[in-house]
Amino acid sequence: MNILNTVFRFYLEGFRQMKLGRTLWALILLKLFVIFFVLRLFFFHPAMQGMTTEEKQQHVAQRLENP
Amino acid sequence: MDPSLIDWSRAQFALTAMYHWLFVPLTLGLGVIMGIMETIYVVRGDEYWRRLTQFWMKIFGVNFAVGVATGLILEFEFGTNWSNYSWLVGDIFGAPLAIEGILAFFMESTFIAVMYFGWDKVSKRFHLASTWLTTLGATISAWWILVANAWMQYPVGMTFNPDTVRNEMSSLGSFFTVAFSPMAVTKFCHTVMSGWLTGAVVVVGISAWYLVRHREERFARSSMLVGSIFGLVACALVMLTGDTSGVIVGKTQPMKLAAFEGLEDGSEHAPLTLVGDLKVPNMLTILATHQWTGFVPGINDILNGGYKLPDSTLALSAEEKMSHGAIALDALTQYRTAKAEGSTEKVEDLRAKLQENLPYFGYGHIKDKKDLVPPVGLLFWSFRIMVGLGSLFCLVFVLIIVLQYRKKLTRWPLLLNVSTWCIPLVYICSQAGWICAEVGRQPWAIQDLLPVNAAVSALQSSSVRVTFFIFLLIFTLLLVAELGILFRVVKKGPQIEEATPQNT
Repeated sequence: MNILNTVFRFYLEGFRQMKLGRTLWALILLKLFVIFFVLRLFFFHPAMQGMTTEEKQQHVAQRLENP
Repeated sequence: MDPSLIDWSRAQFALTAMYHWLFVPLTLGLGVIMGIMETIYVVRGDEYWRRLTQFWMKIFGVNFAVGVATGLILEFEFGTNWSNYSWLVGDIFGAPLAIEGILAFFMESTFIAVMYFGWDKVSKRFHLASTWLTTLGATISAWWILVANAWMQYPVGMTFNPDTVRNEMSSLGSFFTVAFSPMAVTKFCHTVMSGWLTGAVVVVGISAWYLVRHREERFARSSMLVGSIFGLVACALVMLTGDTSGVIVGKTQPMKLAAFEGLEDGSEHAPLTLVGDLKVPNMLTILATHQWTGFVPGINDILNGGYKLPDSTLALSAEEKMSHGAIALDALTQYRTAKAEGSTEKVEDLRAKLQENLPYFGYGHIKDKKDLVPPVGLLFWSFRIMVGLGSLFCLVFVLIIVLQYRKKLTRWPLLLNVSTWCIPLVYICSQAGWICAEVGRQPWAIQDLLPVNAAVSALQSSSVRVTFFIFLLIFTLLLVAELGILFRVVKKGPQIEEATPQNT
């Protein structure tokens, strides 16, 4: 428990003492939001999503067999 | 397949990869420079070197923050835009990327926290170890990404399974074949060391900016000394690994090498074109084969075949390869039908036929042999930009080291200004290198096995085009944000002279 407490306090103090780091974290969080909640959700739909493994195999095989 | 879909999908992937590659090389290079500076601090116990390290860590932090996770977008694109490719590569691509993810997350995120938060909380040596381990983590991450890329250029160590339609690693041995193929090792060394070069150019360029303005002079001189010596070493290593890379490309991707040189017809004593009609006799043969005499095939030779390969067999023509590719595709179709019908005897014959023609599998998708030639003009000039700028950096580092030694550096404001201008140039150089590597292997997503027209997902071309411009906007905004913060940090300066007057 002592080690966990030390690690927790290490991070807590580190984050508290940040200056430029605050701006950078804001930028990182904004970017992650854009990547996961905008790009991933609205623009990236895996083309074979929802297919079973056999359906994926069949889909790719058909695509390769018919150039 | 709609050609504009292929073009827009490629453009979108290229945009994301090029944006991602704006940040990676500086992380790799600056990480080593910070490690060297902090090592000096720990060895000498001089507080000045700690301040110096801390300033470059700020630059590293800004770059890291903006660059982190941009690679994830590439992985999304694999699933969305390149789904056939993603399925076909199977665990060849999955295993290295999974290792990369785990290493990147655990190693870098653990030690980067100690690096930034631990200055007065952990021992000097532990802090130093954390700085080096953060850099090592980033470098190992790069290894796995580059292993995956190298496999696309030189697909070894895999077995194509016609039942699952995937490339599989059959044993631990094949994993090592993939991870340590000559292409992977050379690509890793050349790419990481070009990152070191980027770090050195940025450190020297920013320091030169201070010297021109008579600011932070002690800081600038110390940084320039470390940066230029490290940069010169990086230059030498980049040249050495680039030379090895040339030999491997000559053997495994001869069309790429011919396109770099705009070489239409090969010869036993092929010249190296500098620009226009300015050629160095026999030099291309020497560089590509490491021998005085050796046939370097040109574009026409590769398309027409009939020349002797390094293993003494005769090269097949494009038509012959396309014919083998068609047989392989047909064998795959028949194999799957026979398997569904339960015809065991036929299945074994067809599997053997498929394996026999597998090295030319992708040629079955090529309609016209002209499609096998990548864009020569773009490659010719990208290669020259890469090599030319690399040579310029080398010269700048040598001059800086000599003038530093003679204590005449500030008498050369032109050199200092050139050093600063080298910062944008090193990024152009780095991107030109990737254009050579990636455009040079067109039309292949996986060399000889899968062309881009078979790798791409069947999406609406218009939707890929729209997302291309959306990504362009987002990436530009993020880049502007990064540059804004970076310029602010540089403008403010390290303020070391004020902070440690006893050392000035």
